[in-house]
Amino acid sequence: MDPVNHVEGKAYPFGRKNVDTDVIIPAHWLKTISRIGLGRGAFEALRAEPGNLFDDPAYAGSPILIAGDNFGCGSSREHAAWALGDMGIKAVIAPSFSDIFSGNAFKNGILTVVLPQEAIDRLMEVAKTDEIHVDLENQTVTTPFQDRFSFEIDPFRKQCLMGGLDEIGMTMAMDAQISNYEQRAAAAWPWQAGGANA
Amino acid sequence: MLKALGMASRPRTLYEKIWDAHVVDQRADGTCLVFIDRHLVHEVTSPQAFEGLRVAGRKVRRPDLTLAVPDHNLPTTPRKDAAGNRLPIADPESAQQLAALEQNAPAFGIRYIGATDREQGIVHVVGPEQGFSLPGTTIVCGDSHTACHGGLGALAFGIGTSEVEHVLATQTLLLTPSKTMEVRVEGALGPGVTAKDLALEIIRRIGAAGGTGHVIEYTGSTIRALSVEGRLTVSNMSIEGGARAGLIAPDDVTFAYLKGRPMAPKGADWDAAVSYWRTLVTDPGATYDRTVLIDAAEIAPNVTWGTSPEDVVPITGVVPDPMDFADPSKQEAARKSLAYMGLEPGMRMQDVAVENIFIGSCTNSRIEDLRAAAAVLKGRKKAPGVKWAIVVPGSGLVKEQAEAEGLDRVFKDAGLEWREPGCSACLGMNPDKVPPGERSASTSNRNFVGRQGPGARTHLVSPAMAAAAAVTGRLSDVREMGGDA
Repeated sequence: MDPVNHVEGKAYPFGRKNVDTDVIIPAHWLKTISRIGLGRGAFEALRAEPGNLFDDPAYAGSPILIAGDNFGCGSSREHAAWALGDMGIKAVIAPSFSDIFSGNAFKNGILTVVLPQEAIDRLMEVAKTDEIHVDLENQTVTTPFQDRFSFEIDPFRKQCLMGGLDEIGMTMAMDAQISNYEQRAAAAWPWQAGGANA
Repeated sequence: MLKALGMASRPRTLYEKIWDAHVVDQRADGTCLVFIDRHLVHEVTSPQAFEGLRVAGRKVRRPDLTLAVPDHNLPTTPRKDAAGNRLPIADPESAQQLAALEQNAPAFGIRYIGATDREQGIVHVVGPEQGFSLPGTTIVCGDSHTACHGGLGALAFGIGTSEVEHVLATQTLLLTPSKTMEVRVEGALGPGVTAKDLALEIIRRIGAAGGTGHVIEYTGSTIRALSVEGRLTVSNMSIEGGARAGLIAPDDVTFAYLKGRPMAPKGADWDAAVSYWRTLVTDPGATYDRTVLIDAAEIAPNVTWGTSPEDVVPITGVVPDPMDFADPSKQEAARKSLAYMGLEPGMRMQDVAVENIFIGSCTNSRIEDLRAAAAVLKGRKKAPGVKWAIVVPGSGLVKEQAEAEGLDRVFKDAGLEWREPGCSACLGMNPDKVPPGERSASTSNRNFVGRQGPGARTHLVSPAMAAAAAVTGRLSDVREMGGDA
């Protein structure tokens, strides 16, 4: 994963609530065995509407998406994060995210920034004309009009994003602790050992 | 160590007990490395994870704790010809994805239940049915309805493909603890009111984002009175209320369900397991971050009117007016939903005609669900206006059981199709789809825009209510159907 720190540029003023992952990427796109190329299917049903936001030349290539409450609810499909990444999105700003989606976005270097609805309303206005700047290190979202909104982020996620760290490699380095746990668990709950081979 | 063995003295919730028992390591920032006891793998969210392992030259750490089953993509039409030969999958992309799992599972030493094996089914039906899913375990799958297994008292949740790869490689996940929410339901459910109606009621009350950041524990006399099948239905839809996982404390009902299942503990192991499982209850004095109380007597058979699972009304109700919602953004969402659904405010739900019936999905495809639908359909015929009506058992074993009870005959005599197990019309990625602009009464879990196919209009209901709609050709109150219902 490439390190992430600043995301700066135009933003799609989307603003919709309860955007589910079926809306972000419909199921028929999930038959792929690859992670790339899903941007073509992103927001497919919305893009079928003439004059839709995502095909408006004013926002083409925007790296930021501004959304409403509960963004990414529904299915666990990581294809939703892959699709957003493939269409060039590097940060999504919303009042809340589904837990699974925000985890998937993070694993793909896409920032999920939680801000209160008032801040979202203001950013929706700004996005119509101007650029927005997300600064991960300082945990702020700023605009050319002196707006400055601070956001919280899990410190571990921040470290991984800024360092572009390979989480699996980090965990594999903890092999001794995992082996130790496995021995303790085998002694405490021997009936679980069989698993799929029981 | 004491904590890891579940011996801490502070009163703890069921969630905290299972969490504590699985912490391998805790980082200074609070992130925990959590051990995963059971990993279910299906064809859609795994190919990229296996590819990632291959590229990095990594193995699966614990193939013995991993079980692979195809379900999402598989057509539900017959899989073998008269001579017993496997029939090809018509869609080349689906065929490629299914072939990838069939090759990846043995290549990485993972037990694979194949498309034509009698145990094949939806992962969330197969796990409990095989005794692979056990109380007190952590269970993950690259599918959000993994929450289902919480009905057995397991901490079970959906993960993305990167996490699938992480679990395959390390048998762990990096997680932060969730908040806890108690949903306590007391009293008896009325006639014709099922676990599905209860699940929809809970989502209506807490909202589609109400459980975000939480694990829900379902408690109270109503929950205790549910069968395991009903508990799996309630826990399954935790994710529709925003909660990544649901939990129901295991009890004698759970143990009776699990005993003798192929992968469940046996002999002395069984006895030791049961005595441990009996400790998996929330201690007196333990506190939840939030509690929601529901009176079971207030719940009617429910139906959805919109495109979010929180858009629920009793079948006796009417389509709401968007202006009735206080929140302006919900007013806007409701307007869009009604336009998509082709409904007008004030319409009686019972006047809404449906052309399609789907009885199936990981929410409602277990034997009890099929019995409930068959009880309504027995001796009746589907209405002429119903063009497509399918019953899709959750697994090959559910199918065998239903056939042994003659339920398949009831469905076929009523004019419904009896299919092979799989996810089917729940999600529009196999041939079972609802046509654009048409309506379905569906026992699945999501009424999202395009979920059952582009332009499809979904009304979520219980199996008995779907059967009632099949008979009348419109959304109907199963309590007015008479007979066994």
